[in-house]
Amino acid sequence: METPLTKNMRADKSPVALSDYMSTGGYAAVTKTIGKSSPAEVLQVVKDSNLRGRGGAGFPAGMKWSFVPMNEDDPGHKYLVANADEMEPGTFKDRLIMEQDPHQLIEGMILAAYTIQADVGYIFIRAEYHYAIRELKKAISACHDKGFLGKNILDSGYNLDIHVHVSAGRYICGEETALLNSLEGKRAHPRAKPPFPQVSGLWGRPTIVNNVESLACVSHIVNNGADWFKSLGIGEDSGTKLFGISGRVKKPGTWELPMGTPIRELVEVHAGGMQDGYKLRGFLPGGASTDFLTEAHLDLPMDYDVIMKAGSRMGTGQMIILDDKTCPVAMVENVVSFFARESCGFCTPCREGLPWVEKVLHAIEVGEGVPEDLQILERQGRFIGAVGNTHCALAPGAIEPLTSALKYFREDFEQHIRDKKCSYQ
Amino acid sequence: MPTIIVDGISYQVDANDNLLEALLGLGLDLPYFCWHPSMGSIGSCRQCAVIQYQDEDDQQGRLVMSCMTPVTEGAILSIDAEPAAEFRSAVIENLMINHPHDCPVCEEGGECHLQDMTVMAGHSMRHYKGLKTTHRNQYLGPLLNHEMNRCIACYRCVRYYQDYAGGTDLAVFGSRGRVYFGRHEDGVLQSEFAGNLVEVCPTGVFTDKPLSERYTRKWDLQSAPAVCTGCSMGCNISVAERYGELRRIHNRYNSEVNGYFLCDRGRFGGGFVNHEDRIRRCGVRNASGVYDPVSKQQMLEKVSALISAAGSKVVAIGSPRASLESNHLLGKLVGRENFYSGLSGREQSIINAIYAIQQTGGARIPTLREVEAADAVLILGEDVTNTSARLALSLRQTVRNRSKEMANQIQIPLWHDAAVRKLAQDEKSPLVLVTASEDRLEDVSCLTHRAGPDDTARIGYAIANIIDNRYSRPADLTDNEQTLAASIASILKNAEKPLIISGSGSLNLAVVEAAANVAWALKGENKDSGLIYCVPECNSLGVTMLHDGNSNNLDDLLSGSDDIDVAIVLENDLYRRAGSTAINSWLGKVKNLVVIDQLDNPTASVATLVLPAASFAETEGTLVNYEGRAQRSFAAFLPQGDIQGSWQWLLDIADQVGTQKFGSIRQFDQVTEDIAAQNAALSGVTKAAPDASYRSGAGQKIARMTHRASGRTAMVADVTMYEPQQPVDNTSALAFTMEGANLIKPGEVPSSLTPYIWSPGWNSNQAIIKFQAETGGALTDSDPGVRLIATASPVADLHTRHTTIPAITRHQGGSLQLVPGYHLFGSEELSAYSKAIAELTPRGYFAVHPDVAGQLGVADHDGLETQINGANVQLEVVVSESVARQCVVYSYGIDATGELVHEKRGTFKKAESWESSRPSNLIMSDR
Repeated sequence: METPLTKNMRADKSPVALSDYMSTGGYAAVTKTIGKSSPAEVLQVVKDSNLRGRGGAGFPAGMKWSFVPMNEDDPGHKYLVANADEMEPGTFKDRLIMEQDPHQLIEGMILAAYTIQADVGYIFIRAEYHYAIRELKKAISACHDKGFLGKNILDSGYNLDIHVHVSAGRYICGEETALLNSLEGKRAHPRAKPPFPQVSGLWGRPTIVNNVESLACVSHIVNNGADWFKSLGIGEDSGTKLFGISGRVKKPGTWELPMGTPIRELVEVHAGGMQDGYKLRGFLPGGASTDFLTEAHLDLPMDYDVIMKAGSRMGTGQMIILDDKTCPVAMVENVVSFFARESCGFCTPCREGLPWVEKVLHAIEVGEGVPEDLQILERQGRFIGAVGNTHCALAPGAIEPLTSALKYFREDFEQHIRDKKCSYQ
Repeated sequence: MPTIIVDGISYQVDANDNLLEALLGLGLDLPYFCWHPSMGSIGSCRQCAVIQYQDEDDQQGRLVMSCMTPVTEGAILSIDAEPAAEFRSAVIENLMINHPHDCPVCEEGGECHLQDMTVMAGHSMRHYKGLKTTHRNQYLGPLLNHEMNRCIACYRCVRYYQDYAGGTDLAVFGSRGRVYFGRHEDGVLQSEFAGNLVEVCPTGVFTDKPLSERYTRKWDLQSAPAVCTGCSMGCNISVAERYGELRRIHNRYNSEVNGYFLCDRGRFGGGFVNHEDRIRRCGVRNASGVYDPVSKQQMLEKVSALISAAGSKVVAIGSPRASLESNHLLGKLVGRENFYSGLSGREQSIINAIYAIQQTGGARIPTLREVEAADAVLILGEDVTNTSARLALSLRQTVRNRSKEMANQIQIPLWHDAAVRKLAQDEKSPLVLVTASEDRLEDVSCLTHRAGPDDTARIGYAIANIIDNRYSRPADLTDNEQTLAASIASILKNAEKPLIISGSGSLNLAVVEAAANVAWALKGENKDSGLIYCVPECNSLGVTMLHDGNSNNLDDLLSGSDDIDVAIVLENDLYRRAGSTAINSWLGKVKNLVVIDQLDNPTASVATLVLPAASFAETEGTLVNYEGRAQRSFAAFLPQGDIQGSWQWLLDIADQVGTQKFGSIRQFDQVTEDIAAQNAALSGVTKAAPDASYRSGAGQKIARMTHRASGRTAMVADVTMYEPQQPVDNTSALAFTMEGANLIKPGEVPSSLTPYIWSPGWNSNQAIIKFQAETGGALTDSDPGVRLIATASPVADLHTRHTTIPAITRHQGGSLQLVPGYHLFGSEELSAYSKAIAELTPRGYFAVHPDVAGQLGVADHDGLETQINGANVQLEVVVSESVARQCVVYSYGIDATGELVHEKRGTFKKAESWESSRPSNLIMSDR
């Protein structure tokens, strides 16, 4: 089984330096592409590979890039932004790439920027990732020395600078348009789309924002071709993916596995199964902002559309497991409390609705709930949950664990209200 | 026009609208908060949700925010569909979680958009049981209260304040359920347009502070459609009274003039009406210089006797802040040859020139709405923000036209406000400033040049010459002037609708003439050029047009040697317009000075007879604004004591005298008709508003109070149980109190007679939406006022008109150019009496460039003095890099600066005895 994303990574987790990265074929894609292939050719390969965004939404990367106007008469800047604001609770995959093999990201960014003819790149990274920040800065500096970045890259006439921008730390900055506002020094409110960033993004200029893992895939696609990338997946989707599990399993962690790997294999083989004495009750398949799935869904493959049909989202592919000795109400309260705190405060359902839900959940959890509270939760779930009701996807994502918990674990909510206490304590 | 189907009914709507403005424009009710017709959409409140169906077979539909959804041909929509109604109700319920239940003590109550929308959306049952979020309020200065707990976080205030009005000291802080809208710390809001927050805020976060001192609910206010007297823009206002006091001024929508917004002088400058210095009784000066009160009849007899005395020489001084009617009657009473316009010679010659230029048809005179469509602007020598503030607010929209162009190129709809702003970032249409000192528009200008008035005129002349070399060229242009003029000329030539703005602000005729040359030269290049002149007062142009630009002026009178038996001064403080030495020496020749005015000003203080005049809030009058638009202003209430309109005093005097000159004129409307008949230029004034015979559809007069006025019978209940008879209005089609037509429907009553805005379910000013032909557009019954200056085809050979170019300003033996510096708060005579305005008025100053300060050996807070026409004027020094060299900028209208307005130059020296007494409260930007 091929593991292009993690093949360079070392047991001691020390970062791969430029020379080591190059010795295993690093920057071959850049060398053979910049100034040698046309942007359109690179775009075609990425399109053909069916690379879908690894940040959570699963939007085809090639299609996203194709919306950038390629008007040679327009002298203005274009931008490529790597979204490294990995703040989804339970998610720690981009960190792995940036800390241990940062050149993968840089090389992917050079190729992506070349494809859309961007001359400036930004890595928008959360401040807590200070090892990654250090390694990325080192990597960028090494690339400048080697001529992979800067003016006239590899004598091609193509220029690209990449800057590391350390975020001030808000979950909403992971939303691509809020990220752009934040990068401009403005309040991190998401923007209404259309216009999409591809047309009017950073400082009003054409901009692509991609997740770190998506960009890390690009050099491998360019090196090995679209068909190779497609063949890596064993289900409907292409490539490998960094899947991860947290919760009461024996070996929590992140592994590079083919797209379409069954959930059961993730839990039972790679994570070593549940810890002794714990049983799996449910799991959030792709980070805290996805709907619960249960044991009944364990045999589903981790493919975007399959998980969507099952009523959840693959999200970041980083699962959080709920065991039978943890209170689902408390877990949902914890999740909602996080999102209520991270709301940007722009639109009503999120700003006002989430704190209300949080308060009701807290009341239920501490034994002060009343039967009508369930109606309030359901009503608020409908109010906040539908896509389009809110300005961005934060609130619908935030409420998904609750609405699915009401479906799968309703008895727990009712027990809290009936017995006026949490039976897990 | 696309057709859309709403709940089964087809409508035609504008393709450029979003669904919300289209639906509201159709007269449908749909609640909203964050959207504003002038500010577009951002989609934050989520209140205006509707269901949009994909096609006729789609039963489910999709919830969309109507403000964020473009109109599309054939769109099938539902406002009433259950999911949409349920969602809108849920939005209100969630907004209400933290909103206090303080409506009974909230000043917004009764005209609160949040109340209206809550009722409209149908939320009535509270389910939330938690605590409410609370905030600390801030001191925001004397104009606005701040009550953050009421905030529903619609973001309108910051979008208005920062994005629309260009303010920098109101922002949103924090995030999530704790967002806070305010300043970074307590302090006076710095924007000249902050007062609009009262109306922009959909609830009671920002309320009118002077109103709260003597608070009255909207339904208990007695209002009238009036015109602001704060400057020459002619903004339409709704002035409101209770218990014989002016309580507040609200915006009155006029799509051609002020739209939705006023400046803070206009909104808060009416306080003089209630001032303790108001003259309320007729007074006769006795031997000891004190005024004895006399009855109205006694006064009429005294005045009449003076005028009628055989061989009596009677002269009259009119006023640019009095109505056409009052000025006209005064001229009629004394005869035109004895009528003096009340403007200084210097001012009158400039305004005559402006009026002559406007009549040539050489360039358009744009309305404020048209100003916002210009694509390049040149301002020559006018501090627009401080002399004609509402124009400055429009110019802040004008510079956004570049961003609109950019948005059009990539098909971003213009109502998509955040997207247009994000796309354009700092790109702006060009605005060039050539002014003598700091200008608040600098933050949006592409080029700012500092020059004294003469040099400003030279640059103007040079620009016109570069555009069309038939226009005169300054002989000794410096290289710098040449380069500057060339770059400005090229900016203007690149535009399609260039706009040139100048005015009487720098008291310099050459500046005015140079501005015309630029506009005319551009017109010759087939540009649709516009030319705006700001004039000083609310009726400067009107009083000039009254005698077709041929009035005698104040200087003609003061310099005369004749002894005068009676001089009648109408609403005019002469000491603001001429030096005290000249006035006092002239007064020595005047046997009897009769003053008709509102406030006990320096001129009234030396009068023989004083007649108390009604203010704009207490009487009718027609005013002509900067663009030659005649507008009628109506009284909100009858004044107390002997006070009456100046025109009424003059009618009464004429009646007492028994003169034949007035013919059958006994009524206000007859005065207006007489003006139209006697002055070709003013023949349109009768059309400014319907006359007193107008009646609504049901045959009623228009009530000044709402049908909900509840307290009238209780107003004097502590004194008598009998309700006094209500006053009768014989002068206009309006009726006092709530009797008459007061459930005004759109289009039912002429807009010029609409005292306040109200529609069922719409108690706030946002009800205006029901009175517009299309959302944000003209009023259903066309906008008030009538344009008097026809846009004829241009007079030939305009390039031969203005050829007197001033020489370059050089240091002239220690003398410096005197340049008036204006202040929104303080430079205008009447508004300066308002308490809130007085608190914001800077003290008088002489501002000089550091180089000049160095030469004179002065620093900040020192004193400078000058001897002018026998007067010694001392003011505090302000040293500023932004003052043009060779200039001394003085605080126009503040402290003893009336002594200076006559002179172009002065010689200054340090005032050795000067003591800086008060702490400075000069309004400075905190940028």
